[in-house]
Amino acid sequence: MTDTSLLNEFTVFVLAIFIGFEVISKVPTILHTPLMSGTNAIHGIILVGAILIAATASDPLQIVLGLVAVILATINVVGGFVVTDRMLEMFKGRQPAKPAPTTPPEKTAG
Amino acid sequence: MTIWVSLAYLVAAVLFILGLIELSSPKSARRGNQIAAVGMVIALGATIPLLHFTTAGIVITIVGLVIGVPIGAIGARQVKMTAIPQMVALFNGVGGGAAAVVAVSELLLKGSHPAFAVAFPSVFSIVIGSVSFAGSLIAFSKLQALLTGTPITYPGQQIVNGVLALAIVALAIYLIAVASTPVIFVPLLILGLVLGVAFVLPIGGADMPVVISMLNAFTGLAVAASGFVLGNFALIVAGTLVGASGTLLTRLMSDAMGRSLGNVLFGAFGTVTAGPASATSAEGKSVRTGTPEDIGTLLAYSRKVIIVPGYGLAVAQGQHAVKELADELEKRGVEVEYAIHPVAGRMPGHMNVLLAEANVPYEQLKEMDQINDEFKSTDVALVVGANDVVNPAAENSPGSPIYGMPILNADQAKNIVFMKRSMRPGFAGIDNELLYDPKTVMLFGDAKDSLMKLVAAVKAA
Repeated sequence: MTDTSLLNEFTVFVLAIFIGFEVISKVPTILHTPLMSGTNAIHGIILVGAILIAATASDPLQIVLGLVAVILATINVVGGFVVTDRMLEMFKGRQPAKPAPTTPPEKTAG
Repeated sequence: MTIWVSLAYLVAAVLFILGLIELSSPKSARRGNQIAAVGMVIALGATIPLLHFTTAGIVITIVGLVIGVPIGAIGARQVKMTAIPQMVALFNGVGGGAAAVVAVSELLLKGSHPAFAVAFPSVFSIVIGSVSFAGSLIAFSKLQALLTGTPITYPGQQIVNGVLALAIVALAIYLIAVASTPVIFVPLLILGLVLGVAFVLPIGGADMPVVISMLNAFTGLAVAASGFVLGNFALIVAGTLVGASGTLLTRLMSDAMGRSLGNVLFGAFGTVTAGPASATSAEGKSVRTGTPEDIGTLLAYSRKVIIVPGYGLAVAQGQHAVKELADELEKRGVEVEYAIHPVAGRMPGHMNVLLAEANVPYEQLKEMDQINDEFKSTDVALVVGANDVVNPAAENSPGSPIYGMPILNADQAKNIVFMKRSMRPGFAGIDNELLYDPKTVMLFGDAKDSLMKLVAAVKAA
């Protein structure tokens, strides 16, 4: 039983490796930084793991570890998605009619 | 775990993959990131309601979220676009730290003599997670100039690092095979942190993007390993996706610099300030400096100008000024394009982000391969705060540390204008013979100030 579930996990692991290689093979250089930042946000999924261990914490050591894990993972996932969005928000195509260009553009990121 | 949680994880995994695909094109990239974020919310939403929280558990989860959310959100909102690379390093580092802590905690729960299927991924996650955490903090410190950007080296460094790595492997094997108590993870954690520091210290600031990308892939793998420990498919899939795509991205980045990954990691690149390249060019040669008025006139009566932006532009916050200059020139019928070197800025794509911030349409931003043949027919190559990416030493000086890196052919333009603060060499610490070229005119000063003067000069011309 345990062996099959480990095997299942391993199967998923190997397939995910191939997908990971496949999906990003065609990325233009200009998107390398946003892509790195985006994948950085995705590994923020460790927050799920952090909450799993925090949930059952009872002794002091586990409480400390759980709290640290949740804080770190939350920073990773929130910061990761927000900073990537901020970068990509600025990738706009040429607008049909170019507005007066001499004024410095208003800051779009809040 | 119920079937619904498994299905929710499947949906999340599909959304992560779709998000990564959408991130591959400028038009859909933002949506891609949002799709991945939805996947994250689904994965979290499926996990949390079904947990049996202890009282302490619910308190630390809420406190952790209350502390973490504002730090992440405010950090990401407030950071200057020029400081994006170190911010990504920081977010990556904390993720690696979280993965290591999760593995430690789970290993403690399993008590003595954990099964191999638990011990092995735990140990992997602890080591890789702590290397990523410490390494990312060093990368952050270097880019933030808290530490010197030049490589920090000492004799026998590679041997020390090698011994450290071997010690970790030996300890890991001992922990997995023999150890009856999990307390031995403490030295493993410490050794991982030390290795992370020792491993990144000798790498120069210019190579940090490649290192950050690699540590990003490391964190992904550490997260996947924690997923094995917890038996959680969401962690395994998402962590592995990041590990695989991050590895490929790291290769693409070092390829863009024309160097092998091994050379980046172990070459202590950037220590050779007085290499053979400078010996032939620096001594006894003089540079030609111009006034903003001269250069403004030159630009105003050109047919075609290619702007080569570099990090110096970003530091001076001159993106808006360069856009203003380009608009002014376009009004006069001058054709203006931007030549973006793959590693312009601090990491690949960084310069595009910075120029996009100034509303430069990305169609005007030309990648190196697209534009390199156009320099021949260009009147002025305006190099703003860049240096190494136009250094001909990369092509004709085999002794130079940057030899082999593809460069922008600014030297083929009829005129070259260098806007620099001083004669100081670029980030890689190498002298640039193009500065002494008879076709080259220097305009010293802060990039933004100089650009504003040029705008005025073009208007007057």
